[in-house]
Amino acid sequence: MNSITARRRHPLARYAVLLLALSLLGGVYALLMPGGDRADAAIASGKADDVAAGKELFAAHCASCHGLNAEGSYAPGGASGPSLIGVGAAAVDFQVSSGRMPFANPGPQAPRKRPPEWVNPETVKQLAAYVQSLGGGPTKPSLEAVDPAKGDPAKGGELFRANCIQCHNFVGAGGALTYGKYAPSLEPATPTQIYEAMATGPQAMPVFNDSTITPEQKRDMIAYIVGVRHEPNPGGNGLGRIGPVTEGLVAWVGGLSLLIIAAIWITAKKRQVNHD
Amino acid sequence: MTDNPNEINPGEIEPGESPRVPRRVIGTPPPRGGDSLLGPDAGARPRGDGNGAAAAHDAHPADEPVAVGEIKYPDPQSARKGERRASLLFLVTFLAGIGFVASYVIFQVGSVERTATSNLALGGSLAVALLSMAAGMVVWARQIMPKYTLVQQRHPMASSPEVREDVAKTFIEGANESGFLRHKMLRRTLLLASAPLGLLPLVLLKDLGPLPGTSLRHTVWKKGLRLMVEGTRQPIRAADFNSPGGILSVVPEGHEDDLNALAKATLILIKFRPEDLKPGVNLNWTHDSIVAYSKICTHVGCPAALYEQTTHHILCPCHQSTFDAADGAKVIFGPAARPLPQLPIGVDNEGYLIAQSDFNVPVGPSFWERGDAEAEARGQA
Amino acid sequence: MSLDTVPKPIAGTSTFLDDRIGAGNFLKRNLRKVFPDHWSFLLGEIALYSFVILLLTGTFLTFWFKPSMGEVVYKGAYEPLVGVHMSEAYASALHISFDVRGGLLIRQIHHWAALLFVAGMMVHMLRVFFTGAYRKPRELNWIIGVLLLTLALLEGLTGYSLPDDLLSGAGLRITEGVAISLPLVGTYITFFLFGGEYPGEDVISRFYSLHILLIPGILLALISAHMILMWVQKHTQMPGKGRTETNVVGAPFYPTFMVKSGAYFLFTFGVLALLGTFAQINPIWLFGPYTPADISAGSQPDFYMGFLEGALRLMPAWEINFLGYTLPLSVLIPALVPMGIIMTGLALYPFAERWITGDNREHHLTDRPRNNPHRTSIGISGITFYGILWLLGANDEISSTFHIPLYTTTEVGRVAIFVGPAIAYFVAYRMCIGLQRRDQETLLHGVESGVIKRLPHGEYIEVHVPPAEDLAALVQGKKRIPAIEAAPDGEGVPPKGMRNPLGRLRAKLSETYSADSEAISLDGHHGDGHGEGHGHAGVGAGDETKAIGH
Repeated sequence: MNSITARRRHPLARYAVLLLALSLLGGVYALLMPGGDRADAAIASGKADDVAAGKELFAAHCASCHGLNAEGSYAPGGASGPSLIGVGAAAVDFQVSSGRMPFANPGPQAPRKRPPEWVNPETVKQLAAYVQSLGGGPTKPSLEAVDPAKGDPAKGGELFRANCIQCHNFVGAGGALTYGKYAPSLEPATPTQIYEAMATGPQAMPVFNDSTITPEQKRDMIAYIVGVRHEPNPGGNGLGRIGPVTEGLVAWVGGLSLLIIAAIWITAKKRQVNHD
Repeated sequence: MTDNPNEINPGEIEPGESPRVPRRVIGTPPPRGGDSLLGPDAGARPRGDGNGAAAAHDAHPADEPVAVGEIKYPDPQSARKGERRASLLFLVTFLAGIGFVASYVIFQVGSVERTATSNLALGGSLAVALLSMAAGMVVWARQIMPKYTLVQQRHPMASSPEVREDVAKTFIEGANESGFLRHKMLRRTLLLASAPLGLLPLVLLKDLGPLPGTSLRHTVWKKGLRLMVEGTRQPIRAADFNSPGGILSVVPEGHEDDLNALAKATLILIKFRPEDLKPGVNLNWTHDSIVAYSKICTHVGCPAALYEQTTHHILCPCHQSTFDAADGAKVIFGPAARPLPQLPIGVDNEGYLIAQSDFNVPVGPSFWERGDAEAEARGQA
Repeated sequence: MSLDTVPKPIAGTSTFLDDRIGAGNFLKRNLRKVFPDHWSFLLGEIALYSFVILLLTGTFLTFWFKPSMGEVVYKGAYEPLVGVHMSEAYASALHISFDVRGGLLIRQIHHWAALLFVAGMMVHMLRVFFTGAYRKPRELNWIIGVLLLTLALLEGLTGYSLPDDLLSGAGLRITEGVAISLPLVGTYITFFLFGGEYPGEDVISRFYSLHILLIPGILLALISAHMILMWVQKHTQMPGKGRTETNVVGAPFYPTFMVKSGAYFLFTFGVLALLGTFAQINPIWLFGPYTPADISAGSQPDFYMGFLEGALRLMPAWEINFLGYTLPLSVLIPALVPMGIIMTGLALYPFAERWITGDNREHHLTDRPRNNPHRTSIGISGITFYGILWLLGANDEISSTFHIPLYTTTEVGRVAIFVGPAIAYFVAYRMCIGLQRRDQETLLHGVESGVIKRLPHGEYIEVHVPPAEDLAALVQGKKRIPAIEAAPDGEGVPPKGMRNPLGRLRAKLSETYSADSEAISLDGHHGDGHGEGHGHAGVGAGDETKAIGH
C-alpha cells in the first residue's frame, strides 16, 4: 500500500498538510513580489565637462518629468516632477545613487531600488554638478564628514531619538506614513545617503538643515545608526527589531506550538494501524 | 482499525449506574494506592497479580479508583530499550548542566558581543538540559510504566439533604444563641461601627498625590522663554531655521531634563513656505512662517511628530491621529478630537525664537474638567 | 528489583507527618487520583508552569533592579548609551542585561514566560469554553479563571513598564491618557497614581510594589483556589468508551501523571529557555531611556494589550462637551467597551447559558464543539472580535510590511469589527452542522479505509470499515442540548414564568439555542429509516462496502 495513503489519517497528518500549504503560500508570495526594476540601457558619458555631461544625462533620463531645464512639470496623471532648481547636488546624489530616481513606476513614493545601469559614481557626479549649477543648494558631504568612526554615538543616539525614530523606528527599521507612504528602513542607506537625506529632505521627509542640526551632530547620528546596525543582538535573533509585534507572533507560533506538540506527545496513545 | 490498550470495554460501565455502589470488576488487581506509605504495620497486601480485587473492594470506600482490564507491563525487552533511551537523555542533561556551570565561569559579560556569547552558552545549555530531562521523563512514563486505565466514581458535589438540614439547624441555633437578632441595639451599633473602618484605607491613600487643581491648564511656557532644540540644547535663531519643510523638536529653556515639564511643554516647530499656510493657523502667533504646535497628541498624549513635508501631515505613531500642520493642526484622520494647540512665538532682540505666552488652552489628552477650552479662548479673543 | 516495603526514610517521615497532621488520609484519597489523558487538558499547565517560572526568574531580577526614577548618568557596559541621562530603573535594567552573568537570559526568560503565561491562559480558556467544561459545577472556577486573566493583563502592564525605556514609557503615557479621560474622577485617579502630574517620580516604584507583591499575591491565591477546586471537583473528560457523567477515566496521579506533569514543567521551562536564548525580546538598550518628548514608530504594547491598542486606533474622533465638562468618547469607548464585552461576557456566559437552557444538572463529560453549534459560533464570533482588534493594534506594522495604506487598514477594521463576528458566527455554525453530518455519516456507513476495490462490473469503490470503537463512542457521546419547557399546554397557556416579555425572550432563546436540526441518533441509525442495518455492530471489517461519495 502507498505509504502516503496509509499515513494520511495519522493524527499529525493534518498539521503536516497545513504546514506544507503555509510554506507553499509563502514561497509563491516571495516569487510574486516585485523585484528590482532594471531600467534602460547604459549611455556613454562624456569626460570633458561635468556640467555639460550632466546636462546631457539630465536630458536623457530626467527631463521627461522634471522639464528640460529642471524647472519641473505637472501633467495630471502623467509624468510630473518638482523643480530641481536649488535642491543641490546632495539631493541628486541621494536620489540617483539610492535608485529612487529615475522613478520608474507610479506610486505614492519612490522606493529604493537597484539603480539603472548608466548610474555609476562618475555619472552621478556629472548629473549632480549640472543640478548644482542651476541654483546651488546642499552639496555632497565629504567622506570625512560622514565617517561613523569620528562621531559620538551616545550624543547621536539622543538626537536620533529626538528627531528620527518617530518615523524610522528606534533602530531605523522604518515605519508607515499616511496614504501608502512610508519611512524606509535605514538598513541599506550609506552614511553619505543618510547625511544627504537629512540635509535635503527627500520626498515626505522633513529637512534638517546644517544651521539647526550641525554637520558634527549629523555625523554623531550617523555613528549611532551605523553602530546599532552592526551591533549583534545579544539576546538571540533580533526578530526584525520592530518590537512586541514579532515577539507576540513568536510566542504564539513558536512557543505555544512547541508546547502543544510536547503535550500531544506526552498524552499520545499508541495507535496500531490496521492494514486490511 | 485501532487497538487501544488504554481504553475500556463499554460493557463494563453502564451510564446511569448508581455512583455510590462499589463496582466489582473481575480480574482487576487491587488498587495500588491502597498500600499506605505509613509505617510497616500497613503490611504487604497482595498486589499486581490480579487476584485481590474482591478482597480489596470491601476495604475501600466507593470512590477508590479501580483499574479496568489488565495492568500491562511492557515486555522486558522494550522496557530495557526505554531505560536506555531515558538514561541517555538524563546523561545529556547531566552534561548540559555541567556545561551551564562551565559557561558561567568561562564566558564573562561586559559588552554586547560578550553578553551575546554568554547568553548563547548559558541559555543553550539550560535549554538542552531541561528539554532533555523532560524528554527522558516522558520516555520513562511511556515505555517503562505499565499501561492501564483507572476508573474512579464521581459523586454529586451537593451534600445530602440530611447534612444540609443539619447545617441549617446548627446555623439557626447558633444565631439564636448569639442574640444578634434579638438585641437590636447591638446589631445596629456594630454595623455603624464597621462603616468608618471600611473607609480608613481610602482616607490613607489621599496622600498618594496632590489634587489636580488647575495644573493641567498650564505649561512652563511663558513670555520670553527661549525655544531650545531637543537633544542639542541650543537656542534657535529664526534666521537659521530657514529651510521650508524643516521640523524641530523643541523644549523650553531651563527645563531640558524636567520630564514633568516636557510631558506638556514639548513642541514641534515647523518652517513653511508662506504660501502654504492656511487660515487655520493663527498668523499672529507665527514668526516668518515658523509655526509651533504642542507635540503632545490630544488623544492620549503620545508625542505626535511624524511630519510629512509634502502633505504637511503630522501623524501620531500611537493611534494614527493625523493633523494638518498647514491648517492649524486640525484633525484629518484618527481618534483625536481636537487640533494640536498652537503656541504663540516671536523672536527676542538677539533673533532667537521665544514664546510670547503660555498656550491658551490645556495641551494633551482630554479630561473631564477641561470643557470646550477652545471655544472659551475664542470668546475671550 | 522492586519494593516490598516502604523504605525506612520515607516511612519515618510519613509516620512523623501522619502522627501530627493525619497526612495518611489525604494521601490515601489522592495518590491514585485519576487524571484523564488528553493533550488539551495540559494547556492550563502552560500558564501554571509559566507562573512558577515567572516567580523564580522575577525574584532573580529583583536582586539587581532598582525601582527608582531618580536621574543617573549611565556608566555601564553598553557603549552607545554611556554618558546619557536616564532613570535608575532603566540603568539597573541595563546593568542586569549587560553586567550580570545570565542576567539577560533570565530577563528574557521572564518576559517570554509572561507572554506564554497569558497565551497559555487564553488557549486553556478557549478549550474550556468550546467544550462546555465551565458548566455546573465548575462555574466558580471559570470565574476565578476570568479574574486571573484580567489580573494577568494588569500584572503584565505593570511589569513591562518597570524598565522605564522609551517603548514602555509610551505604554505608560497611553495608560495615563486613558485614566485621565474617565469622567468625574479621571484627573484625581491620574494624580494619585502618578503622585502628581505625569510622569512624576513615583509611578515606577508604585508599579513595582504592585508587580512584585500585590498582584502576584492575589494571583497566587486565586491560582491555588483554582487548583483546589479542580482537584475537588475532579477533571472533566471527553466523551468516549466507558466514560460517563458519574466516573472519571484516566491515569493515576502517582506515578504516571506525576512524572508526565513534571516532564511538562520541564518542557515549559525548556521552551522558555530556548526562546530566551535564541529570540531576543524587549531589547531595552535599543529603545533608549524614557522621555515624554520622544516616541518610536511602531510603538506597540505586548500582545495581550494589543486588542486595547487596536480599539483605540479604530475609534473615530468623538468627543462631547457639555456644561463645561468633557467626555472624551474616542478614548473611553475603546478603553472600556471591548474589555467590558469580553471579560463580562466571559464571566456571565455559564449563567446565561444555564438560564437559557434551564439546564441545572452537573456536567462532567465535555461537549465536542460541533455538538453545541450556537455556543461554538458565539465563541468563534468572540475570537473574531478580539482578533480584529488585536490585528488592528499592529496596523502600522501591517501597513509597512505589506505595503497597505495605513488608513485603509483602519477603515477596513472599522467595518470588519461589526461584519467580521457576524460572518464568523455564520461560518462556524455551518461548519458545526457539517461536522455533525459527517459524524452521522461515519456512524452509518463507516470510515474510508483507503482501499480501492474494483467490482466485477467495473465500478471502483473504496472499502468502508466500521469506525473504531473509541471513535464511535466519541461520536455517540453527543447529547441533546437541553431547552426549557416553554410550549403552551393544552389550553394554549404557556407555563408560568414564560408569559412576560422576559419569559418569552427566554423561551425564544432557548428554542434557538437548542435547535439541533442535524441531531444524530445515538445508535447509529437515521430517524428516517435509512439505517437498514449498517450499524457498526453488525459489520465485519472489510466485508461491507460502500461506494465512494455515497
